[in-house]
Amino acid sequence: MFSLKRKTLQEALFDQFNNLLMLVICFATLYPIWYVLVNSFNDGNDAMRGGIYWWPRMFSIDSYTAVFANDGIMMAMGVTVAKTFVGTVIHVLFTAMVAYAFSRRELIGRKVYMMIGTITLFFSGGLIPTFLLIRDLGMLDSFWVYIIPAMFSFFDLIIFVSFFREIPDALEEAAKIDGANDFKIFYQIILPVSMPVVATIALFHGVYQWNDYFTGMIYINNTDLQPIQTYLYRVVAQSSSNQIAAAATGDLARTVSSQSIKLATMVVTTVPIVLVYPFMQKYFVKGFMIGSVKG
Amino acid sequence: MVQQESQTAKRTSSKLFKRLYSQRYLQAMALIGIVWMLIFNYAPMYGIIIAFKDFDIIRPVSEAPWSGLEHFKEFFEDENLVSVIKNTLGMSLLKLIIGFPLPIAFALFLNELRSVRYKKFVQTISYLPHFLSWVILGGILATWLADVGIINDLLIALKVIKEPISYLAEPKYFWGIVVTSDIWKELGWSAIIYLAAITGVSPEMYEAATIDGAGRFQKMFYVTLPSIKGTITILFILAVSGILNSNFDQILVLKNQLNESASSVIDVYVYQVGISQSRYSYATAVGLIKSIISLILLLSANSITKRLNNTSLF
Repeated sequence: MFSLKRKTLQEALFDQFNNLLMLVICFATLYPIWYVLVNSFNDGNDAMRGGIYWWPRMFSIDSYTAVFANDGIMMAMGVTVAKTFVGTVIHVLFTAMVAYAFSRRELIGRKVYMMIGTITLFFSGGLIPTFLLIRDLGMLDSFWVYIIPAMFSFFDLIIFVSFFREIPDALEEAAKIDGANDFKIFYQIILPVSMPVVATIALFHGVYQWNDYFTGMIYINNTDLQPIQTYLYRVVAQSSSNQIAAAATGDLARTVSSQSIKLATMVVTTVPIVLVYPFMQKYFVKGFMIGSVKG
Repeated sequence: MVQQESQTAKRTSSKLFKRLYSQRYLQAMALIGIVWMLIFNYAPMYGIIIAFKDFDIIRPVSEAPWSGLEHFKEFFEDENLVSVIKNTLGMSLLKLIIGFPLPIAFALFLNELRSVRYKKFVQTISYLPHFLSWVILGGILATWLADVGIINDLLIALKVIKEPISYLAEPKYFWGIVVTSDIWKELGWSAIIYLAAITGVSPEMYEAATIDGAGRFQKMFYVTLPSIKGTITILFILAVSGILNSNFDQILVLKNQLNESASSVIDVYVYQVGISQSRYSYATAVGLIKSIISLILLLSANSITKRLNNTSLF
């Protein structure tokens, strides 16, 4: 008998090659982020000379001090936190609720409802009609433009539905005998047992809300209501960070540059998401398997 | 006879109402979703008629005069047409040819890692860029590609170039930057779905292949790959239908006036003409042409793969 565990030379070579390949991919993924990080912790004017690859040459947190002292940036950060939190809670609860109704086989008109939803996956009115609708609804320059048009997604509904289908009917029947109505069953029984899929959709939508700059760019003129990504887009695209650097006073002015402010803002914006996602990973991989298309 | 029929009809309809009443909460939950879709998905579809009208912001849509196919003609006579189409198709095809197979290959190799912990580690790192916005990535790229950035430093050190190049200011580098950065951002994330499919492959098939003397590469090609063919096909159909969808966020962040000739794509063009120049009817017409072609692509890709290997989206 040969042992399955014994590796042939060819197998061992393959393993070595594969391990190395993966290491290269990891490096290529992380290094660009590291490069931004170390440059943001370097004295701004010194960093403009370039050549900082592994470690700050003149360590300085002045760029961060300037970022945190800037009211505009902090305001935008607050808007982003608020829209991510409110938007995610409402999106998940609302989409899950509709999905629960759609997942019940006894629902009269279910086929028609599903058809109405499926069409939205493949056809839409496009940018301009949507823009005009939002305008006509009076949502320009309103915080709710971040929340209401994004509170439902038929794609997420499909993922919810396939999860709800797996829940044993006995759970609902027991509650029904106790006299609970469908809505009560949904939020007291179904929702609590659906945490993996709720966490998955929450993560997806949270990331969307955190990263979305386009909504803020086309629907919001009031700078007090712009999210950090829109703010950053304007900084990256229009280099208005010169003004922030110019506004920094005293000693700070000598050590920050528009470039270093930009990098520090990018880091501050990215940190929350990087902190959250490893915790959510186990959920979204599961969620992907639930929602994955079956060939 | 007739009376009897109407009586049965009455009975079934009263039965229907009874059932509807008994599921009133369920119906309410479903209908509120339908109302949302009617407002936010279907109302804009109705709004498409402004493509056939001379719409201006002062009057409501219903009062705007009809203009027939005027705006569609305008697009085909537009001097930007050729470059906009060329850029959209060019970048999308490159993404399809290079960016589509890479996550599959990555998933295959990742699956072959022996250590579960190492596999998890690689996966965790490879997803990371997906969570960064294109705005952030635009900033990262600008830092890399700057005159004093690492790419120029590296190429000068290797003596490939003598003077630093402003990559984002030159159209000839734009497509490459877009395709590469897109792969960098989404490689790990796109691989998840293939990995999920791979976990569904029966271990017996691998055992059988081992007994037949298959090596690791052979197992990848003759067992794993064919087993996830269905998933690959579905994602390919979706990729083909998205050929006219340039990655809007990405391109908006990376484009500037200097690289305009290589970076102007349909989506961005619609945005610029529509929102910045307020030519609502014209922009809607261009958007509609795009949607229709995308839908045709989706349906054709679907029917072709259905005939070829019996896998389809619907």
